[in-house]
Amino acid sequence: MSRLLKVENLSVHFPTTRGVVRAVEELSLAIEAGETLALVGESGSGKSTAALAIMGLIDEAAARIPSGSVHFEGSDLRRLSPQALRQVRGRRIGMIFQDPMMALNPVFTVGWQIAEPLRQHLGLSARAARERAIELLHRVGIPAPARRVDQYPHNLSGGMRQRVMIATALACRPSLLIADEPTTALDVTVQAQVLDLINGLKAETGMAVLLITHDLGVVWETAQRAVVIYAGRRVEEGKVADIFGRPAHPYTRGLLEAAKWESQAGGMLREIPGTVPSLLEVPAGCRFAPRCAYALDRCTAAIPPLTRLAPAHAAACLRVHELAQ
Amino acid sequence: MSAPLDFWRRFRRNRAAAVSFLVLLLITLTALFGPLVYPIDPFEMMGRPSQPPGRRFWLGTDVSGRDILAGLIHGARVSLLIGVAASLAATVFGLLVGALAGYYGRAIDNILMRCTDFFLTIPSFVLAVVLIAIFRPSVFNVTAAIAIVSWPPIARLARAEFIAHRDREYVKACRALGMSDIEIIVRQILPNALPPVIVVSSLLVATAILTESGLSFLGLADPNVISWGYMIGVGRSVLRSAWWMPAIPGFAILITVLCINLVGEGLNDALNPRLQRR
Repeated sequence: MSRLLKVENLSVHFPTTRGVVRAVEELSLAIEAGETLALVGESGSGKSTAALAIMGLIDEAAARIPSGSVHFEGSDLRRLSPQALRQVRGRRIGMIFQDPMMALNPVFTVGWQIAEPLRQHLGLSARAARERAIELLHRVGIPAPARRVDQYPHNLSGGMRQRVMIATALACRPSLLIADEPTTALDVTVQAQVLDLINGLKAETGMAVLLITHDLGVVWETAQRAVVIYAGRRVEEGKVADIFGRPAHPYTRGLLEAAKWESQAGGMLREIPGTVPSLLEVPAGCRFAPRCAYALDRCTAAIPPLTRLAPAHAAACLRVHELAQ
Repeated sequence: MSAPLDFWRRFRRNRAAAVSFLVLLLITLTALFGPLVYPIDPFEMMGRPSQPPGRRFWLGTDVSGRDILAGLIHGARVSLLIGVAASLAATVFGLLVGALAGYYGRAIDNILMRCTDFFLTIPSFVLAVVLIAIFRPSVFNVTAAIAIVSWPPIARLARAEFIAHRDREYVKACRALGMSDIEIIVRQILPNALPPVIVVSSLLVATAILTESGLSFLGLADPNVISWGYMIGVGRSVLRSAWWMPAIPGFAILITVLCINLVGEGLNDALNPRLQRR
């Protein structure tokens, strides 16, 4: 398998009047062609910011990207000209967003919006693009696509709109789909349908998926590998089976414990004590140390390096070998 | 249902607006074809001066014996032309300034909005008078002067709309699809920002007609074409002995401006998305 996307040491800082918000710190991840990688973290952990930075969609006037490279299909996206980058976006990398209610332009028909990237990137005529739009609507499982194509976003339900978003993102057959919390705004039953759809399309087209989510159930069902981030830093990465079976970082353990609560006797919710630190005042050393039950004095002295447990499983914790037993 | 038909159905719900629209249509047709149907030169002396409305001259004659009906019909052309052209120019320019300021923000916004503020601080009628006093009063210059004093409110409105839309998720999605800023501004945000701008710019037509009338009244209009304001200016000196002379063109202005305002209100109702989906 070949490396499709390789992100190295990517940092995103937002200078504010109260200090620098370090939203993403030295994030590295890699995606092979055709695989699904989950980027897992709580709200505010910097996962969406990371996705936008990969796409080059961070507003450079508001943010600084002091370090990092984003290699995709042989070119460094961080060094491409804006014109060249626009050729990658939408054509080679598709992206879908959290809220399908907001992500479609209310004044255009859905068919027009799906056809837009086809006309722009592939130079299709209006009629050919419309034909493809109907075909794509059919592929994403929208009934009566020939009728739906002329409807407006407000005529569609949330699940259908997310399907339309997926159709738009996949219109040009990208090799990578970045899905930023694609199911968070949807009903539970619709969530499963949308995940099935993404999985099915992935199998059909061979594209890779970068799935950004806080939902461990979604990770388990769809991803092969996962990267767990906490307060902007990567704390653990590995195969999903390893991470769920032998979580090495105390934070990952806490997340899994919290997710398992309903199966436990008494149904008590196990939670991780404390809250995510403000990204303005990140604790020294390990960012999770103040909330960690296993923290030692030396945890706050320096940032713990990523330690390998298995060829494809690593965690950034000093006590990783004791804890991974 | 097709979009234009649907729009007309919503617009028609406002009775006053629908009636006003028909009256405006009539005035526009008069301006376009009236001079062909009633081909009398409004500057030519046709009979005894200061005749009241009667059989020969339906609306009477002015102090120089010119046919007031001919003036009214020919004047409609200039008044409407200047009103529409000035409002159109002001809308296009205001949209351009507002779109750039609202979409890009920061320094561009600051520079463009300070320029806009500069124009807003000067009383617009006075500025128009100064501009025409400096340049020769011609139809083009009057139109340009009115446009120059009318664009700032449009710019501010367009800026507010663009600020409201630029951070919406769909704009982010468009960037993720590889669209350029120009495409996003023109093809994605503009259609969303347009409805309130259309309403304000339709009201601007009324203001422009009034401004033009005011300028003509002061004698700052093209002396070679007749307009309603000019006719009021001519009749002003005989207001006490021949009240109909300024009153007739004044009434024409009143009706036109009133109808434009009511149509603008109807557009507002029809374009308002909150009322739209009922």
